[in-house]
Amino acid sequence: MAKPIELEINGKRYPVSYPADTPLLYVLRDELGLTGSKYGCGEGQCGACTVLIGGMPRRSCQIPVSAAAAKPITTIEGLEKDGRLSPVQQAFLDAGAFQCAYCTSGMIMSSVGLLQANPNPSQAEIVQSLQGNVCRCGTHPRIVDAVRQAAKMMQEHGR
Amino acid sequence: MRNVEGKFIIEPERYEFSAVPIHQFELARRDFFKILGAGIAVFAIAKDALAMQETAPGPRAFHNEELPKDISAWLHVGEDGSVTGFTGKAEIGQNIRTTLAQTIADELRVPFESVRMVTADTALTPFDAGTFGSRTTPTITPQLRRVAAAARDLLVGVAAKEWNVAPAGLVAADAKVTDPASGRSLKYAELARGKTLAQNLPAEDPITPAMQWTIAGKAIPKVDGKAFVTGRHQYTTDLRPAGMLFGKVLRPPSFGATLTSCDDSAARAMTSVFVVRDGDFVGVAAPSAHEAQRALDAIHAQWKEVPQISSKEIFSYLKQNAAAKSEDRFRKQKGSVEEGLAGAAHRLDATYTVAYIAHAPLEPRAAVAQWADGKLTVWTGTQRPFAVRDELADVFHVPESSVRVIVPDTGSAYGGKHTSDAALESARLSRAAGRPVKVVWTREEEFTWAYFRPAGVIEVKSGIASDGKLTAWDFHNYHSGTSGIDTPYAVENQRTEYHPVPLILRSGSYRGLAATANHFARETHMDALARAANMDPLDFRMKNLSDPRLRAVLETAAKSFGWPRKKTQEGQGFGVACGYEKGSYVATFAEVAVDKTSGAVRIVHMVEAFECGAIVNPDGLRNQVVGAMIQGLGGALFEAIEFENGRIKNPHFASYRVPRFRDVPKIEAILMDRKDIPSAGAGETPIMAVAPAIGNAIFDATGIRLNNLPMVPNGLRSA
Repeated sequence: MAKPIELEINGKRYPVSYPADTPLLYVLRDELGLTGSKYGCGEGQCGACTVLIGGMPRRSCQIPVSAAAAKPITTIEGLEKDGRLSPVQQAFLDAGAFQCAYCTSGMIMSSVGLLQANPNPSQAEIVQSLQGNVCRCGTHPRIVDAVRQAAKMMQEHGR
Repeated sequence: MRNVEGKFIIEPERYEFSAVPIHQFELARRDFFKILGAGIAVFAIAKDALAMQETAPGPRAFHNEELPKDISAWLHVGEDGSVTGFTGKAEIGQNIRTTLAQTIADELRVPFESVRMVTADTALTPFDAGTFGSRTTPTITPQLRRVAAAARDLLVGVAAKEWNVAPAGLVAADAKVTDPASGRSLKYAELARGKTLAQNLPAEDPITPAMQWTIAGKAIPKVDGKAFVTGRHQYTTDLRPAGMLFGKVLRPPSFGATLTSCDDSAARAMTSVFVVRDGDFVGVAAPSAHEAQRALDAIHAQWKEVPQISSKEIFSYLKQNAAAKSEDRFRKQKGSVEEGLAGAAHRLDATYTVAYIAHAPLEPRAAVAQWADGKLTVWTGTQRPFAVRDELADVFHVPESSVRVIVPDTGSAYGGKHTSDAALESARLSRAAGRPVKVVWTREEEFTWAYFRPAGVIEVKSGIASDGKLTAWDFHNYHSGTSGIDTPYAVENQRTEYHPVPLILRSGSYRGLAATANHFARETHMDALARAANMDPLDFRMKNLSDPRLRAVLETAAKSFGWPRKKTQEGQGFGVACGYEKGSYVATFAEVAVDKTSGAVRIVHMVEAFECGAIVNPDGLRNQVVGAMIQGLGGALFEAIEFENGRIKNPHFASYRVPRFRDVPKIEAILMDRKDIPSAGAGETPIMAVAPAIGNAIFDATGIRLNNLPMVPNGLRSA
């Protein structure tokens, strides 16, 4: 039933045995133990499961695992390098841009995707790109501040 | 399984699901040291529960809050100087893991980093009725201060004995005890070494006043923030004990439906799939979530459904089905409303409604259950771990001592995680499968089978004299609840009454409870009265208000907002609302922009002043206040559960709209620190005045008075 599929996640290759139409999110969480990506709705409406596929933010609950095999995948677990937080993670931490923090992984991945495509986004562009991510605790202003701060840090450090 | 959908009358407060708190102090002090190692331990005996309630201002008559009457908190200083505080409260995003550690560090005189909190674990922490009602800060903070002060005294005593001096002259600071006379000092770690000293605490021990706090009162960042930005923190939904199966539960097609037949043979034929049938409960467990779903899909069930009312007719139903006469405890009266109305220069009668809304916590209800040797361990995101433990023990006929409930720091709750549903389901499946089972509700299950903030109807009759003084106030709440029902305004003739109605949809706590509904009605009504008296809405409130703390938040927020403001654009409007509840005070000002062609309403700016006594952590508090303001936008503008024939019609984020980034205005939160007043909780009150402030601003912009929550689910249609 299950054809072997190989995924490239955070620079490592993983063979996976789930059926080809299984959403990527369940493979990440249940087979590979990468639980930083969260289930929030399973319908692509909340953004808690956001990962980067080929550098683009994608709702992993909506992507069949077979469709994710072609491109490199980055999850929240892949952002920290040699014990150093990525600028976006550091900015979220500095801004205290979380409360229950269940949305945080998805917020960070969406923001990383935005800043890769647009290193100096306006307020409106940040809001637009995070519109699909739900934060129920109401931390939105700090999240926007954190993304602006991360953009600044990345420009200053040329990262 | 227990049927929790029966006909209950909603309790006026949040405790509709409350169990009797039978204290179980199973952890003997001897075991305590076995688990934590030698050192110094202090156990707090809570002050008399009633006395503690009376310290909170405001009307208490409706409260039936149950507080623990025995051991309420404890603390351990280890041989390495590490400090561990224990509380039955749960971390659900409100940041108590940080604020309680701050409190202990402050009182014990140790660095913040050396303190660790163990929370909400029925095997390790003291009994606690639940994390709700903004009670953690006012009740647990002083108790942890007392245990920390007692532990400090114990350490000073050990040093005094060691040096053979009087303890009075010794100083405790920076995690050590110093003798200023000789200059010698011993670290807490050295003093705790080899000891198994335990003390029960007298309740009246003095604690450090807020003016002298050094660690509490500071904006210390969330204690384990790094675990969250890296995705490393494990919520209940992330747990996976060895051999764990994934569980799914067959849901009826509508509320109250009963199973008439069930063919589960195809599911039972699947390899590695466990099927459980127990009364109307049908569930499966399988090695993967997709296998569990496949098994569930293979079950063919027939249900008998019952006719039910719909959201379209809910408000007339509530009015018609209210008890003819409410109990005395739900009724308050002084003076004569009839005389006050007769003598009024202006009279106003109005009816307000609030819809059912959902908490929609981003982490759905979830639990992982594991049975071993007749003992059950359940990890679950709940606000009431001890009640969940008791219910599990009851349902599975095991002693409470055989059940352990652990709450991993949870993906929010907002009053929505009081019940045991996912815990019971996972435990039932796990017992049948003989392996650990995880149940995670889908978003659709969340929107359907959890519970809601109850709908309500509020009728207000009022009168004012020609100078704007209130002469009569008659306020009736049907079904939604009593929180915040009493008016803070001075009025000689008033009647306040709560009219219970049997539950229609399963309902319960929601951030602020009925205070949001009651404040919406009252503050909208006050605004309409101000217009009738041709007075400025802020002046009108001040004229009828004597409470200095409420006046202070109004004055502070007004100044920052620039009230009264002149309109500079078409469709612009300004509004104000205020109130107090659970010992904290709020005033909210809003600016809106209404597009008169399209009817679109945009919230441009909100300013809120909030005062809850001495602030323990201004950074965490700001998150709570701003968060409540944003969450409040949803219920104010567009959130509403639609239902028909026992089905929820909008059980998805695509059809149930919650506030998103584009909905968020410019927000200013002013935190007023009152070090002379004991700290109150802050999780709820900041949400209360958002909806009426916005509604009053919409009126200011358009002349249209909106008396129903949500106010503009489809824009301002009649604009």
